[in-house]
Amino acid sequence: MSEPVAKQPSILGLSTSSAVMMVVFTLLFTGLMAGTYEATHATIAKSAEDEQLRLINDVLPPSSYDNRLLKDEVALGPTPELGLASGGHVWRARKDGKPVALVLEAVAPDGYAGAIHLVVAVQADGTVGGVRVTEHRETPGLGDYIDPKKDKSKSGPWIDQFRGKSFATIPPERWKVKKDGGEFTYRAGATISPRAVTNAVARALQYVQAHSEELYR
Amino acid sequence: MSQKLTDVAWNGLWKQNSGLVQMLGMCPILAISTSIVNGVSLGLATALVMALSNAVSSALRNFIPYEIRIPVFILIIAAIVTMLDLAMNAWTHPLYLVLGIYIPLIVTNCLVLARVEAFAAKNGVLASAVDGAAMGIGLALVLGVLGGIREFFGNGALFNGIDMVIPGTHALQILPEDYPGFLFAILPPGAFITLACLIALKNWAQARKSSVARPLDAVGCAPGAHAH
Repeated sequence: MSEPVAKQPSILGLSTSSAVMMVVFTLLFTGLMAGTYEATHATIAKSAEDEQLRLINDVLPPSSYDNRLLKDEVALGPTPELGLASGGHVWRARKDGKPVALVLEAVAPDGYAGAIHLVVAVQADGTVGGVRVTEHRETPGLGDYIDPKKDKSKSGPWIDQFRGKSFATIPPERWKVKKDGGEFTYRAGATISPRAVTNAVARALQYVQAHSEELYR
Repeated sequence: MSQKLTDVAWNGLWKQNSGLVQMLGMCPILAISTSIVNGVSLGLATALVMALSNAVSSALRNFIPYEIRIPVFILIIAAIVTMLDLAMNAWTHPLYLVLGIYIPLIVTNCLVLARVEAFAAKNGVLASAVDGAAMGIGLALVLGVLGGIREFFGNGALFNGIDMVIPGTHALQILPEDYPGFLFAILPPGAFITLACLIALKNWAQARKSSVARPLDAVGCAPGAHAH
């Protein structure tokens, strides 16, 4: 294109060669990324599943059910009762075909720094099997004790006080932190994070109470 | 290839330290340096990405048209971060659980692009890899010190979260268990102020060194150093 003056390529020639090189590099690196994805995605899916299962094992002992829990799931659409703005999952644990527990995803939208994501196990008789925080941005060293990994008290993490409680032992109107006139403790300095979690667990219990028939079906 | 590798490394670790001198990558410095474990983890992940992206950019530098070098560099960095993220997730999963959340953040760190543009585009592959690694480790050191100071004042313990990296270990409680905590140190303003103190300390150390070495002409550049 610029043969007469080889030293000074024309604007058009320069643009064309730059564009061609850009396309070449884009194709090259897109190809590399696609290749890496192909080589890894099966392993990644497997470990994501393992991790999910490990998290569920924290709230529900694996010996208590005998079905393939992660395969026995209900996809929920947007469910404001559980704080799930864009939907979530419920896993159903069964033993010999009989309902054992529901493991629900729930969100407390009113944490100190945004939403707190939870999994809650609710046994067939309405008791809480356990609660775990899966995602949060609460203040490190202050409100983050809602996550047992960050909780300084390793022997009795704060979040384990829900285990074994139900609306039969604590009526819904007492299912609050003590500061709000409820039954659940919180630690000095941070009330907002435990309040958000406690209320979200209560809402999850209410949801299960109202919908357990259809959820197990 | 004109520079000696030891000089390149020393530049990255101390003389041109990315956190204290170049002031690049402030976003991760302030956001992640809440504890030693967080800070060093992000720093090491950054060092790995920088060594790789410097080496690849340097190897390709003669094929990259000058006019479009920045988009190509960004492409290289983003591709490397993506591939590293996937590879670590698949093959070094325990490590990924610790560092994973930081890896995508690295793309936003302008330090990576800055070193590719300032160093790798002009130097050989080996020197570029050393530069990237040294700059990253320099950052890791600053993040570690910063994190240590912040968690010490913030909740009176060091190595918070170490049990997530090395199972079975636990944080080192320095101050009494009932230390009420100093939230300010953990929140972003604490990062600014601690970093400012570190920078002042480094400048003081350098000014002092040069005033000791050359007592006569150091006055102009180091008014704060103690006079001879």
